[in-house]
Amino acid sequence: MKRIVLAAVAALTLGAPAALASGEGDLAAQSWSFDGIFGQYDRHAMQRGFQVYKEVCAACHALKYVAFRNLADLGFNEEEIKAIAAEYQIADGPDEAGDMFTRPGRPSDQFPAPFANDQAARASNNGALPPNLSLITKARAHGPDYVYALLTGYRDPPADVVLGEGMNYSLAMPGNQIAMPPPLTEGQVTFADGTPATVEQMSRDVVQFLAWSAEPTLEERKNAGIKSMLFLALMTGLLYVSKRRIWSKLH
Amino acid sequence: MSNSYRGSAVVRWVNDRLPIFTFLDHQMRDYPAPRNLNYWWNYGSLALVALVLQIVTGIFLAMHYIGDARFAFDSVEHIMRNVNYGWLLRYLHSNGAALFFLVVYVHIFRGLYYGSYKSPREILWWIGIVIVLAMMATAFMGYVLPWGQMSFWAATVITNLFSAIPLLGQEIVAWLWGGFAVGGPTLTRFYALHYLLPFVIFGLVFLHLWALRTVKSNNPLGIDVRGPQDTVPFHPYYTSKDYFGMGLFLLVLAGFVFYAPNYMGHPDNYIPANPMVTPTHIVPEWYFLPFYAILRAIPDKLGGVIAMAASLLVLFVLPWLDTSRVRSARFRPIYKVIFWFLLADVVLLGYVGSQPAEGIWIHIGRALTAYYFFHFLILTPVVGKIERPRPLPQSIAAVVLKGGKA
Ligand code: HEC
Ligand code: HEM
Repeated sequence: MKRIVLAAVAALTLGAPAALASGEGDLAAQSWSFDGIFGQYDRHAMQRGFQVYKEVCAACHALKYVAFRNLADLGFNEEEIKAIAAEYQIADGPDEAGDMFTRPGRPSDQFPAPFANDQAARASNNGALPPNLSLITKARAHGPDYVYALLTGYRDPPADVVLGEGMNYSLAMPGNQIAMPPPLTEGQVTFADGTPATVEQMSRDVVQFLAWSAEPTLEERKNAGIKSMLFLALMTGLLYVSKRRIWSKLH
Repeated sequence: MSNSYRGSAVVRWVNDRLPIFTFLDHQMRDYPAPRNLNYWWNYGSLALVALVLQIVTGIFLAMHYIGDARFAFDSVEHIMRNVNYGWLLRYLHSNGAALFFLVVYVHIFRGLYYGSYKSPREILWWIGIVIVLAMMATAFMGYVLPWGQMSFWAATVITNLFSAIPLLGQEIVAWLWGGFAVGGPTLTRFYALHYLLPFVIFGLVFLHLWALRTVKSNNPLGIDVRGPQDTVPFHPYYTSKDYFGMGLFLLVLAGFVFYAPNYMGHPDNYIPANPMVTPTHIVPEWYFLPFYAILRAIPDKLGGVIAMAASLLVLFVLPWLDTSRVRSARFRPIYKVIFWFLLADVVLLGYVGSQPAEGIWIHIGRALTAYYFFHFLILTPVVGKIERPRPLPQSIAAVVLKGGKA
């Protein structure tokens, strides 16, 4: 017990400040299906979020480390994954003649990046670099809430704020200026399941997808967690009983 | 001797050729431990559990990790995504390191409270301090390995401290870096050392236990063992208690690993290292924060480094700074109070270390740092002199058998 309290105290007093260090603006805590001990991803939301990524964000942002075959986690079957992969052109080679070539994607390929390198990405984005999104929800404090707040937090700048060239006013971004133009507008994508594509809806869904891409093993982890905790609790209980029995001979 | 060993035929066959069972018996069953050890005495064996866990998970991580600045970050993500149970290995290793420190810090404060550093346990205490220093070096270098933003900038800040050394500073830093800035060579050598040091720690733990076997455990009363009535065999009494403690430890560890694996980490370390972008706040892992606060409390770089080093080195001379011959704080009314003040001081220092070094925090940090040294250099010797300890009990058995709090 003491140990648990100690760990909690240490974690609270010492870990929390790190989490509060970045992200000043308006960070309302959202509730996510993947929060909590039993939290899991929402397959429908992820599929919609994938569509948002594919049709909107992918123009500027890479999704490093994620392979098409990983989309099985979203509930796509093998055929669907093959079809999705084939929509992309992947650089490959050299072939027998020593030339590089492009070919349609395969499930084992990773999502190709939209730009060949950082310089090209900056050149097309007014000097700003769109970061890889596959870790973004872990690379920002309160990541899912932050990305949601970022996508829904574009406003007209207050009269006294002078924005830098090509910058947009954002409630969420530290410093309130962001080089990314508002990526989402009402009705920008058409969801196959008929969900109305409001900015809030698309933002929530793309956060589901990005949270998965940052931590694809979350469900496996939580499932293993329950089993492990139950096992350890039982084991610890038995160890306690055996300790008590051994010591009872003494007194 | 060895052939008289009881047990199955196989056990006896082995024991006649390699008396390993006799040896274990001798170490565990015949080893007398004070009968009144409380749960604060569990943390030593927990530290060993944590060390073994770090080594085991570390070796498996090393099978997939790539100690090259171009691939390090990607290889960690590969572990997290593609290696079977790679996420488990990595989260065990990163959270395990943090809990390892928590356990060792409790272990140290246990020693401070019950006067375990006093004669005849000075060398045991020293080895312990050397272990903490080696752990710090190991954890620092381990933190550099994922090669995220915090890895890179922590490495930059900490290695730069050596430049404060007069005359040779710059040379030493360049030598540590293997170049003119933190870079590929730095990462690769840190990996080599990160692999090596835990085994050095293992050797130190062996010395630590050897010294312990020689001088025997202290106990909550802080009085010497007078005879067999004061002790119980280590096995099965303390082994059973240590196993129970281990169960609790693993539960806490599992709680973090499965439900809050990045809670103690910093989000910036999921951004690949980038020498061109400095994070707004460079903060070390929580277990270094008190020392970080002491470092920053002194306005001069060299002074800060000296203060930080001194904050640990002062523990080496503590056995002589403490002028009281009574070990346990239980019988030391004034020392008991200043012990809790010291603990509060260190926790607050940790908090200050997490805050930006500006405004009021600078002053608070300085006051807490001053108090830290005041505690060891002034209060401890003076209190030992002026305090009137409460009368010590006759023996451990006398207290335990009376059913008193022992
Ligand atoms: C027209 C290109 C473009 C599109 C489309 C785009 N972004 Fe961005 N994004 C950027 C740029 C440029 C930045 C860098 C902004 C900066 O550093 O100020 C950025 C930054 C970000 C950041 C990081 C903010 C931070 O804290 O540093 C997130 C998160 C993000 N974008 C999410 C998205 C999502 C989600 C989408 C799809 C809905 C999207 N972006 C679509 C260009 C784009
Ligand atoms: C005293 C024991 C040890 C401590 C305190 C320790 C601590 C750490 C820490 C804090 C990290 C960074 C974790 C992260 O943020 O991802 C790390 C990473 C690493 N450690 Fe250790 N470690 C120990 C032993 C070992 C051993 C014995 C090995 C190898 C045999 C090892 C191999 C690794 C590897 C490969 C990494 C990089 C992968 C990763 O970042 O997860 N460690 N260590």
